[in-house]
Amino acid sequence: MIMAKPKKAEEIISRVKDFSRVLVAGCKGCVAICEAGGQKEVEVLASAMRIHFSQIGKRIEIDEVSLSRQCDKEYLQELADSIDSYDAVISLACGAGVQFLTEMYGEKPVFPGVDTCFIGVTEEQGVWSERCQACGNCMLGETGGICPITRCSKRMLNGPCGGSENGKCEISLLVGRDVACGWHLIYERLKKLGELERFRRPSEDKDWTASRDGGPRQIIRKDVRP
Amino acid sequence: MRLSYPTNLRIVKVPCTGRVAAIHLLRAIEKGADGVFIAGCMEGDCHYQEGNLRAKKRVTYIRGLLESIGVDRERVAMYNLSAGMGPRFAEIAQEMTDKIRQLGPLVKSTNAGKEVVA
Amino acid sequence: MSATTPSRLEKIIAAGHLAVTSECGPPRNGDPEVVSRKAELLRNHVDAINVTDNQTAVVRQCSLASCIRIKLLGLEPVLQMVTRDRNRIAIQSDLLGATSFGVHNILCLTGDHQRFGDHPTSANVFDMDSTRLIQTVRMMRDEGRLLGGHQMEEGRPQMFIGAAENPFADPFEIRVLRLAKKVAAGAQFIQTQCIYNMEKFKLWMKQVRDEGLHEKVAVLAGITPIKTVGMAKYMKNKVPGIDVPEAVIKRIAGVPKENQAEEGIKLCLEQIEELKEEEGIMGFHIMAIEWEEKVPEIVERAGLFPRPAVNGSE
Ligand code: SF4
Repeated sequence: MIMAKPKKAEEIISRVKDFSRVLVAGCKGCVAICEAGGQKEVEVLASAMRIHFSQIGKRIEIDEVSLSRQCDKEYLQELADSIDSYDAVISLACGAGVQFLTEMYGEKPVFPGVDTCFIGVTEEQGVWSERCQACGNCMLGETGGICPITRCSKRMLNGPCGGSENGKCEISLLVGRDVACGWHLIYERLKKLGELERFRRPSEDKDWTASRDGGPRQIIRKDVRP
Repeated sequence: MRLSYPTNLRIVKVPCTGRVAAIHLLRAIEKGADGVFIAGCMEGDCHYQEGNLRAKKRVTYIRGLLESIGVDRERVAMYNLSAGMGPRFAEIAQEMTDKIRQLGPLVKSTNAGKEVVA
Repeated sequence: MSATTPSRLEKIIAAGHLAVTSECGPPRNGDPEVVSRKAELLRNHVDAINVTDNQTAVVRQCSLASCIRIKLLGLEPVLQMVTRDRNRIAIQSDLLGATSFGVHNILCLTGDHQRFGDHPTSANVFDMDSTRLIQTVRMMRDEGRLLGGHQMEEGRPQMFIGAAENPFADPFEIRVLRLAKKVAAGAQFIQTQCIYNMEKFKLWMKQVRDEGLHEKVAVLAGITPIKTVGMAKYMKNKVPGIDVPEAVIKRIAGVPKENQAEEGIKLCLEQIEELKEEEGIMGFHIMAIEWEEKVPEIVERAGLFPRPAVNGSE
């Protein structure tokens, strides 16, 4: 799932302070699950904005809506009738949703209400962590189901590096929390699977064309297209 | 025992303070309250395990949010007391009212002095 | 092992001498004198001089330019190259540039994460890691091919290929496997992380021998003299992957402040003495961090002076 975190209210407020009708649009997909851009968060943000503007004596109307998803035209379509009554939209969807909304309603200024962070998992309530970088060329089958591109800070293919200590990545010292060394995890896992022999073979170079490096990506599937 | 507490107070009863969501605190202010406080059970005494602790976290979150939008964080507060502490409740209510009076009305033109307690 | 490149370092090792290398950190400005001065200090006392590549991710004068400078002084540089800041295009391009100036030694590294350095908000590259870098240099040298497939008619790199290894990183059981991988990739010499925990180092060397790796790769033991007890504590607590046992700290702390530097030198001389006897140790890599002027003294007192002459070295 795509993980995001809410932007600071003051940043959002500063973006829309000169409009008179603003729509706060949430998304009930990923960002709702990571409690950054779902209906609950829309309510809180909209309410806080109303309090702020009324306190400073500004008349700005703020409405709320939450769409099933913002990465699908079908759901964005629901805004077609009402969108013209707003001067600006704050979208609490991930970056993909914000952009799709922008594409659909080209005239409206659209501002992001969250910072889209990564593809990850809910480790426990309130703790989300990254697991995938969408490199477009999955190698989990080679590495015991643990992704070195995502979980090694240097995306090494032949780790661990010399900075791995007690199972922790060298960057732990800097980021102020324990970051597991991805290669330590891979090692432990391969040991369990009895596949340590893999360690002896140097890897091939990674083909990065299917990742960000290859330019904006697209999947076209004839079998699925109408 | 009849205790007097400030009349500007509006009490909203909930089965457990764990039920008070962040949005409830904001709504109260949005609808005109100049301050809100949650009166929860003593820490460790929650009938539903940790409802009051969750309420406390939400209060902390909303205080931060208010501050970031230019509203004094003191307008929202959390207190803990037990059901048998009537006098203490009156005392807290007075304390909170005094604090809010000092801060003044949130929106200068509306009628001052409203307060909500959950 | 017989030498196959024009590298003087390789020839020294092939002739069975204990090799001595040291390192020189370029300055954080464009001053042309600093590298020359540091290199001159080492002229008669080491076989080759490593030039660090933006070490700890702090921007410094470039390693390649400094290597060329050292080469032009008639000395032997070891080009340290990290994959943090270069993709495979830049890596190969720099290797060809180094070749054109007759740089014959390379130390292949992945590099410290940039968050450690003076530009923590910068992007990183990591197109490949150190092991792949080793393979890349070997392919360019032995097959005359670039990664993209281009065949070089002339001007193949002639490089003695090195790698770093940290026997003190975790998991310990994997360190020798990792070394084996680097050797399989083409590493011919290894410069180790600085050694303070002798016991652990010897355990690692034993595993190296058990795997027969000591016959395929020359291990140069990393030696860094401790200047003050503060430095020892800093390395223990703040530098990932360095293992400074409590006993070492106690020993340095046990002498008056003005004698701590000498105690540190004594300690490293004892280590060198002890390691000379260790089977598989082919030399020493003496890294006197911001204390380069001490290296000649250490080399002399360790009985590693004068340096042998080898035939045919440039
Ligand atoms: S310590 Fe582990 S996770 Fe961190 S960079 Fe090194 S190998 Fe990668």
